[in-house]
Amino acid sequence: MNKLNDPRQANQPQFRRLQETDRPTIDFFIDGQPCQALLGDTVLTAILTNQRAVRHTEFSGQKRAGFCLMGACQDCWIHLESGERLRACSSMIESGMRIVTALGEGPAT
Amino acid sequence: MNESPIIIGAGPAGIRAAQTLVEHGIRPIILDEGMKWGGQIYRQQPTNFKRTSQQRYGFDAGHADALSKVFVDLLDQVDYRPQSLVWNIEQNRLDVLQHGKSTVLSWQSLIVTTGATDRMLPFPGWTLPGIFGMGATQIALKYQACSIGERVILAGTGPLLYLVAYQYVKAGANVLAVLDTAHFSSQIKALPGLLNQPKQLVRGLYYVGWLIAHGIKIRRGIRLMRAEGQDNVQSLVIKNEHGEVETLDCDAVGVGYALRSETQIADMLGCEFKFDPMQRAYLPLKDLAGRSSLEGVYLSGDGAGIMGADAAEISGERSALALLADRGVCDADAAPMRRRVKDLEDRLQKISRFREGLETAFPCPNDWIDQLTDDTIVCRCEEITFGQIRDTITECDIREVNRLKAMSRAGMGRCQGRMCAQSSAEILAHLSGQPLGEVGRLRGQPPLKPVPAQVLADAWSPKTERSTTERSI
Repeated sequence: MNKLNDPRQANQPQFRRLQETDRPTIDFFIDGQPCQALLGDTVLTAILTNQRAVRHTEFSGQKRAGFCLMGACQDCWIHLESGERLRACSSMIESGMRIVTALGEGPAT
Repeated sequence: MNESPIIIGAGPAGIRAAQTLVEHGIRPIILDEGMKWGGQIYRQQPTNFKRTSQQRYGFDAGHADALSKVFVDLLDQVDYRPQSLVWNIEQNRLDVLQHGKSTVLSWQSLIVTTGATDRMLPFPGWTLPGIFGMGATQIALKYQACSIGERVILAGTGPLLYLVAYQYVKAGANVLAVLDTAHFSSQIKALPGLLNQPKQLVRGLYYVGWLIAHGIKIRRGIRLMRAEGQDNVQSLVIKNEHGEVETLDCDAVGVGYALRSETQIADMLGCEFKFDPMQRAYLPLKDLAGRSSLEGVYLSGDGAGIMGADAAEISGERSALALLADRGVCDADAAPMRRRVKDLEDRLQKISRFREGLETAFPCPNDWIDQLTDDTIVCRCEEITFGQIRDTITECDIREVNRLKAMSRAGMGRCQGRMCAQSSAEILAHLSGQPLGEVGRLRGQPPLKPVPAQVLADAWSPKTERSTTERSI
């Protein structure tokens, strides 16, 4: 069970929305599953309001969820299905975005 | 002056530097990584958010609005380039990536205001999802209106610990505990120094009092032993104020040990550095006016030593005045200029005494290495553990940080050591029995942050486009 959206624990959202919840919704995909975010979310917020992690590390496969949120730690780079890479904390979510967070299921590059 | 001065960073230091140059008829180029001005401290929320400044900045709302307005009024008098990453510097060439395209700028005068990140110290389990830096914890709320989790523990030390706790509770987050590694006695001992900025001191005391009044547990003199959980943090194990081990359930931890200067641009420029024992870090040399060791390079704000946001504004203006005097735009000996410079420098010295007080109140723990286990990750990018670093130091008889990086790969990942250089250096000093200042500092390498390979290739092709900068005077 390598997917981040492991139903036992990981499908709980990590971030909790406290304010600004009446924004328009944005439909996007995590690992092929339809998900929702809100307009003005970063890609990191969009993912972490749906699950607990954004990526696996290249070496041990550990899960990570970003760390600094200010573009310094580089711990939240994710892939889109198209192969493009994004730093999740400093990119905004867009409608229809197809994000890959699962291990070994990124595009062959 | 035939080339526009370039300001790197649009936080409080960069904004005041820009304002000062504009007041003297100069149109600077401002390169900033952020989507909008304000830096991290006055980071703005996305345009469709509706929270007031009061909700986001609290006591600082009026000031944040005023500073932002300064920049709005400057917009048509400056060449502002948001989302611009300076990723390489060679002598008078800056490579700048904006919206996927890299351009080359040359410069004669540069004001470097690169700010700070959290000072991070590793502990077992700190890479688990749900554990974020203290700055990140605040950004989640300030910028995205989110809490980092459902059941949050805030830990580490420094004034930000109490401010973030206050902001979280106020916004409706569930904060289970505030864990300070500093002892209450340190905070009492620091009072004389802190009295240099009575307004800041009163605010700090207010946050603590408010948290206590709202039933938030504040614990002092604790140590973080480890975070536990399979795929995300589920508990934090601490050594409490009585030396007993306690397990605290949670699903998120915000952690930080005050701030560390972001010095990589000053390093790539070739500025001279000196070890600062109080900040436990090598910092670029500068005089009170902000002049670095290099002609035409000025340093202000937290990027050249942590002094806080108010000092950043003052030092931004001071650097710009130094630049103007050095380039003959204004007369440094004129009476109004001398008065202004003296006022700015007096205020900076006062804040530096407050700053020493903060260091006494919230000392960075010096026994954190004792908590590490062999499998504790120190370098998050390359997943290099404490055990691997220790063995490398012993086997290769390493005495210097760049050798340690070369032999162990700690600090060689995408973040270029922003998250682990400090801890690697402290581990090396500890294990090799040398003072921290003796183990050296990591050399920066281009690209400063990851850039697409095509950008690298294009940047060095013979056809590279060199953007011409306006003649401003």
